[in-house]
Amino acid sequence: MTTPIQSAATTELGEEQLGLFLYQMVLIRRFEEKCGELYTKGKIKGFLHLYTGQEACAVGAIAALEERDKIVTHYRDHGHALARGLDPNRVMAELFGKATGVSGGRGGSMHLYDITKGFLGGYAIVAAHLPLAVGLGVASQMKKEDSVALCIFGDGSVGEGEFHEALNMSVLWKTPTIFFCENNLYGMGVPLKESLSTDIPKLAAAYNMPAVSVDGMDVLAVHTAMKEAVAHARSGNGPYFVEAMTYRYRGHSMADPELYRLKDEIERYRKRDCIERLKTQMFEAGQLDEAKFEQIAVRVEQVVEDSIEFAERSPQPGLDTLFDFVTKEPARG
Amino acid sequence: MAEMRMRDALREALREEMLRDEQVFLMGEDIGAYGGSYAVTKGLLDEFGEERMRDTPIAESGMVGIGIGAAMGGMHPMVEMMTINFSFLALDQIVNSAAKLYRMSNGQINVPMVVRMASGGGSQLAATHSPSLEGLYAHFPGLKVVCPSNAADAKGLLKRAFRDENTVIFIEHTANYALKGEVPDDPDYLVEFGVANTLRSGSDVTIVGYSGSVHQAMRAARMLEEQEEIDAEVIDLRTIRPLDIDTVVNSVKKTNRAVIVEDDWLFGGFGGELSAQIMERAFDYLDAPVARVSSKDVPLPYNRNLEFAALPSEEDVVEAVLRMFKE
Ligand SMILES: Cc1ncc(C[n+]2csc(CCOP(=O)(O)OP(=O)(O)O)c2C)c(N)n1
Ligand SMILES: [Mg+2]
Repeated sequence: MTTPIQSAATTELGEEQLGLFLYQMVLIRRFEEKCGELYTKGKIKGFLHLYTGQEACAVGAIAALEERDKIVTHYRDHGHALARGLDPNRVMAELFGKATGVSGGRGGSMHLYDITKGFLGGYAIVAAHLPLAVGLGVASQMKKEDSVALCIFGDGSVGEGEFHEALNMSVLWKTPTIFFCENNLYGMGVPLKESLSTDIPKLAAAYNMPAVSVDGMDVLAVHTAMKEAVAHARSGNGPYFVEAMTYRYRGHSMADPELYRLKDEIERYRKRDCIERLKTQMFEAGQLDEAKFEQIAVRVEQVVEDSIEFAERSPQPGLDTLFDFVTKEPARG
Repeated sequence: MAEMRMRDALREALREEMLRDEQVFLMGEDIGAYGGSYAVTKGLLDEFGEERMRDTPIAESGMVGIGIGAAMGGMHPMVEMMTINFSFLALDQIVNSAAKLYRMSNGQINVPMVVRMASGGGSQLAATHSPSLEGLYAHFPGLKVVCPSNAADAKGLLKRAFRDENTVIFIEHTANYALKGEVPDDPDYLVEFGVANTLRSGSDVTIVGYSGSVHQAMRAARMLEEQEEIDAEVIDLRTIRPLDIDTVVNSVKKTNRAVIVEDDWLFGGFGGELSAQIMERAFDYLDAPVARVSSKDVPLPYNRNLEFAALPSEEDVVEAVLRMFKE
C-alpha cells in the first residue's frame, strides 16, 4: 500500500500558490529563528521546540485543507499555527505569556489554540491527540459537516498505545481523519530505528488504512499527497495516513545538548532544505527572481519584528483572572 | 413516580437524554448487544441504532480520547468505562485533555462529556476489580465528580450531567445497581450538582457519606438511635466536586461531631479533604476530632471474611461515634 509520491510539477499550482508556500516557509523559518534568540534572552520561557527544517510539512499539508476542517497537532506547533493563518502577533504574544496570546498566556508554546481557524490545539502529551482527531471525525460524520480532521504528530507517537487505538477505531468507524506523521527520525535523542521494529506506513497498512510516505523536505510532494488524503477522507472513504520524511535542524528543545547526532548529518539535510528547493524550482520555472525573493524576505522580517513588538507591548494576564476557565458555567437548560 | 432499580433509573436517564438531544451518543465496551456489563444500556441499541450506541474495542484511552474529540466537535458523548479500574488506562485523557482543555485554550474549547464507571467492593472480585476512587477524580480541577446513592438521584444527576458544559465523572457503586426506589418520570427532573441531601436530621452527630457508604451511614444511624439513644444526622453528598461543604459545616455546627464514611482508602482518601475542610470551617464547634471510617489500607482481598474486614461497615461507624462520646 506504500507508494512513493512524486513532486507535482511546479506549474500545476500556479505562481501565486507557490509564492504563498514560499512566503509561509520563510515566515516560519524566521519566526522560529527569532524564537530561539528570544528564548536565550529569557523572553520566552518553559519548553520551546523549534520547527526549523520541517517547514514544508506544515505548509504543504495545511494548504490542502478547507476553512471548515479541523487541526490537532503536537507541541512543536508554531509552524502549524502560522501555516493555518493564526495571527503571528498573537502567537508570539502567547510565547511571551501575554494576555493577548492565542491562549491568553495560559498555554504557552506547546498549547496554541484558535478555534476561529479550526486550530484545536497543540498537545504536549505524546500521541494524546490522535484519538481526539478520530472523535472530531465522528462529530463531523454525525453532524454531517463534510469536514475532515488533520492530526499532525511526530514519529515518537507510534510507540504509544493510543496511536494504535486511534488508527484501529478510525478505520472501523471510517472517520474522516488524516494522520500526518512528521518523521524527523528522532524522538528526542532516540533514533527511530532504535525505537520501532518496522516502518511507520506499514503500521497504518496493517490496520487497512491507505498510507503513503513522502519527501517532507519537498513542499509540493507533501501537498500532492495531502490533497489525495483529504479527497479520500472527505468522500467518505475513511482515514488516510501520510508519513512525511523530514528533519529538524535544531535540538529537540532549547534544553537539548544534542549529544546524539553528528554535525555532518545536519549539514546533509540542510543541503536538501525545503526553502532552497522551492526557490530553485521557481527560479528555473521563471516564477521568481532575486528581487521578488527579497520582497518576501523583507515582508517576513517586518511581520516577525511586528510580532515581537506586539508581544512586548501586550499586558500580562491579570492576577484576578487566575481562576478563570476552570469549568464552564452555567449548565445548559 | 415509578419504583425501579438504580440501573433502570440510569437507563431511563440515558434514554430520555438521547431523545431530548441528538448530540448525545454512547460509547463503550459491550454497551450494545450485550447491554452493558451492569445492564444499564440494555435495549438502547434497538431503540437508537449503531451510530448512537457504539461498541468499542477494548481501548479505554482511545475511546475517551474519541469522546473528547467528539465533544470538541459539538457532540455530547457518554463513555462507559465498564469499571473504574479500567479507567486508569484512560487517566491521561481524562486528566490531561478533558480536565484541562477549557483552561489551556483560555475558554475557547470545552469538553462536554459524561464518563460513567462502576466502582466499589463487596463482590469478592479481589484487588484489581474492587477499588472506590471517587476521590482520585475529585482531585483534579476541571472535572466534576458525581456519586449517587439511590435510584432517584442517579436519574436526576445523570440527566443533569448531560446539561453540563464540562466533563462529568459519574461513578456508580455496584452494590447500588439493584437498589429500588421511587423515581420521578418527569423528563425535566434534574438533581443539581453541589447540593447535598440531608437524609435524616439529628442533633448529636453528623455522619457524611456518598455513593455506597450512604447506606452504612443510614444503618448506623438507626442502630445508634435504637441501641444508644444517639440522634445522628446523615448527609449524602451526591457530588463530591462540586462539594456542598456548607451543608456539612452547618450540620456540624449543630451537632458538634462529624464522622465521614467512605469506601476509599484512609490514606490520602477523599475523607481527608473533607475532614480538613470541616476543621478549617468549624474547628471551634467540634467536641471531638473528625472521625473517618474507610477501607483498610490494603488492596482488597478475595476471601469473603477478609474482604468484609477490609471494607467499612455500619458497626465501624457506630464504633467511631461511640468513641467520640467516650472521649
Ligand atoms: C506521553 C509522553 N511521554 C513522554 C513525553 C516526553 N517527550 C516529549 S517530546 C518527546 C519525543 C517525541 O518525539 P516525536 O514524536 O518524534 O516528535 P518530535 O519531537 O521529533 O517532533 C518525548 C519523549 C511526553 N511529552 N509525553
Ligand atoms: Mg521525531
